[in-house]
Amino acid sequence: MEAIGKLGEEAAKAGVMVEMGGLLPTAMGARLRLAGGKLTVTDGPFSEAKEVIGGYAVYSVKTKAEAVAWATRFMNLHEQLWPGWEGETELRQLMEFGPPP
Amino acid sequence: MTATDTHRAIDAVWRIEQAKLIAGLARMVRDVGIAEELAQDALVAALEQWPKSGIPDRPGAWLMAAAKHRAIDRFRRAKLIDRKHAELGHELAADGEGVTPDLDAALDDDIGDDLLRLMFTACHPVLAQESRVALTLRLIAGLTTEEIARAFLVPEPTVAQRIVRAKRALAEKRVPFEVPRGPELAERLASVLSVIYLIFNEGYSATVGDDWMRPQLCEEALRLGRILAGLAADEPEVHGLVAIMEIQASRFGARTGPSGEPVLLLDQNRARWDQLLIRRGLTALERAEALGGARGPYALQAAIAACHARARTGVETDWARIVGLYGELAQIVLSPVVELNRAVALAMLFGPASGLELVDALSADPTLKDYHLLPSVRGDLLAKLGRTGEARREFERAASLTRNTRERELLLNRAAACAATAEPAP
Repeated sequence: MEAIGKLGEEAAKAGVMVEMGGLLPTAMGARLRLAGGKLTVTDGPFSEAKEVIGGYAVYSVKTKAEAVAWATRFMNLHEQLWPGWEGETELRQLMEFGPPP
Repeated sequence: MTATDTHRAIDAVWRIEQAKLIAGLARMVRDVGIAEELAQDALVAALEQWPKSGIPDRPGAWLMAAAKHRAIDRFRRAKLIDRKHAELGHELAADGEGVTPDLDAALDDDIGDDLLRLMFTACHPVLAQESRVALTLRLIAGLTTEEIARAFLVPEPTVAQRIVRAKRALAEKRVPFEVPRGPELAERLASVLSVIYLIFNEGYSATVGDDWMRPQLCEEALRLGRILAGLAADEPEVHGLVAIMEIQASRFGARTGPSGEPVLLLDQNRARWDQLLIRRGLTALERAEALGGARGPYALQAAIAACHARARTGVETDWARIVGLYGELAQIVLSPVVELNRAVALAMLFGPASGLELVDALSADPTLKDYHLLPSVRGDLLAKLGRTGEARREFERAASLTRNTRERELLLNRAAACAATAEPAP
């Protein structure tokens, strides 16, 4: 976790980190589903959740390629710390008001 | 990955690494111009090799090693002609070519300092302000000459020349590659901050919608400010500047209407204010205040911006606090523009007549003779007092003084609105 923090620090020093945070286990969360006109609320944990989303980060960068570059570092760092580690990072672009990027 | 994808990926890595690379090299060769050339050599090497070998895990270290290899080659070849190059080549070789993991960590700290040294060097007082701006954008923000030229609406060759001359001036004047210390630090830091703020304002006040490059300037300035805040974390005014920029940037989405017309602060839809940026700005301001810098000029401006940011609606704005802050600012900055802003705040707090009193006193100031916001404010206050004939004339005068077409439209519209409700001529 210290190393993950360090990568966040690197991004902050580069002026591109806007916000980052960890996500607590699904056991502490909930899911809401609206289907067939009915809303259901289910508390975690979610048994089919093999993949756990551990955290999120908001970066401010000029191009998608740059975002991929930072995410790549993040993934490489995981590999270095836990050899054989497998996982996914999903990148999504924030919709912002104002002029397009 | 297609060739284009690879190039884009390399470009992205370059953008992340280039400033640190130039900074580290500049410390070694003690010449910013040579450092940039060496960095470019490293990029060429990367563009040749990475499409085949893939992007290395530690691209920064790879680029630094590549730059040093090429530098040593260069200087060995040049040594018969140039003693300086021979010395540099020798030093680089002695500095070690490989990069071990431990050295990596040590390099990290050094590179932080080197980047700080680079920022101070690029903003050195021996250079004209416009040269400092161009050099900062080139070496630290990594903008191309073309991007800088577009941003400032200046021909590209002019920018290229400016940068060449600036590097030469730094070399000729033997400007040391260092962070200033002691009494010099405050003044030199002020110079760096003013360059960053100038870049921000250039992007902020530009007509949104004409050229996407200019809002990007705000992003660059913000990034530079955030980098500086990381490197000079003990300096309250750095956090103050970052605070202003974060808070002003938070309003970007609300500043223009559907047809691109400017929307004034009090008319903006505050739901469109970026709360994440506001939160960052308020945090930066707290940091400045915690460091004892609450009375600095940037911190005071940030505190004023924070008053607006905290108000959920225009009506809830704490004008009393704003008036007080402008009063403090006026004592440090000694600018009639600050007084003008204070007049606006006074009017919001005590009514238009009290603001007008101060504005009338300022009308005599020769510095404000061609400043379009003076008649603009005066017109606004007169209109609120029902003196529409005089208000119209002020708005027309303001419109004639501004070079911004959007603003001129706005002012002429206000003049027309006054004419529509005109009092009979005296």
